[in-house]
Amino acid sequence: MSQGVQVVGLYVRDQDEALTFYVEKLGFRVHTDVRNGDYRWLTVQHPDQPSFQLGLMAPGPPVHDAATAQTLRAMVAKGAMPPLVLVVDDCRAAYDRLKGKGVEFTQAPVDRYGAVDAGFRDPSGNGWKMIEAR
Amino acid sequence: MTSTSRGSAENQDPELLRRLLRAKDRMDAASHEQWPVPRLARVSGVSAAHFARSFKQAFGVPPHRYLLTRRIERATALLRDTELSITEIAFQTGWGSLGTFGRTFRDVTGASPGVVRRAAVSGEHLGRIPVCILNAAHRPNLTIAVSEKRRRVARGIKRPSRIKEVR
Repeated sequence: MSQGVQVVGLYVRDQDEALTFYVEKLGFRVHTDVRNGDYRWLTVQHPDQPSFQLGLMAPGPPVHDAATAQTLRAMVAKGAMPPLVLVVDDCRAAYDRLKGKGVEFTQAPVDRYGAVDAGFRDPSGNGWKMIEAR
Repeated sequence: MTSTSRGSAENQDPELLRRLLRAKDRMDAASHEQWPVPRLARVSGVSAAHFARSFKQAFGVPPHRYLLTRRIERATALLRDTELSITEIAFQTGWGSLGTFGRTFRDVTGASPGVVRRAAVSGEHLGRIPVCILNAAHRPNLTIAVSEKRRRVARGIKRPSRIKEVR
């Protein structure tokens, strides 16, 4: 067992919607999906990255009071959460494939200093940069 | 209007904010294009009057001023990273005239395009921050109207330049 970061969580507006997006559109896999009352611990992972999980977390009880949950939902919806970066082998090919599946791109692939990057958002508003590995 | 009666983004409907974000994203993706309020309102699926008010409430600046900051940001990147002439950059970033570009650029950043170009020529590499994110970090922080900024300068109220190099 190696040491390191295992889970990083994202806030999403709806866990079912996020699950569909990350699994059916981005090609991630479900790692854990367990419930305890209202609480649902849901993580997905990239197929090439078995040691890392992305948590898809819904603001709300029992973790957040109503006002805090509303603030978090607003922050996500207006794109105020920190950037996420997805590394791909071929940015233009991934762009075509994901766009064909209805992913909302905010930026078409651009060549910058020899690296190609594009931008998309998940349904909740989390912003991803998709960068071609060099 | 006081800040309390105007309300804050935290009280706005997240579904509306998500649609306003879409309009902001469209300006980001094509800041050189013309973005009159009715066009932006259509992207967000709300009325023009509702759009302008909601956008400012959500993002702190009116849509037109947001577009201006994005154009200045892009122009700054082009001055820094390309050898395009200042005239070509003004045209490419959406200004109708070189004069308006130069004046607005100076008003927002405190420096003329020529000065930024000369500083860039002697600049150094900024390290391993993804370029797209670096650009956002260099975004001019235009919190007041350009016209108000001009008035303050005329009255001798000096504000420090908000453009800072990341070093």
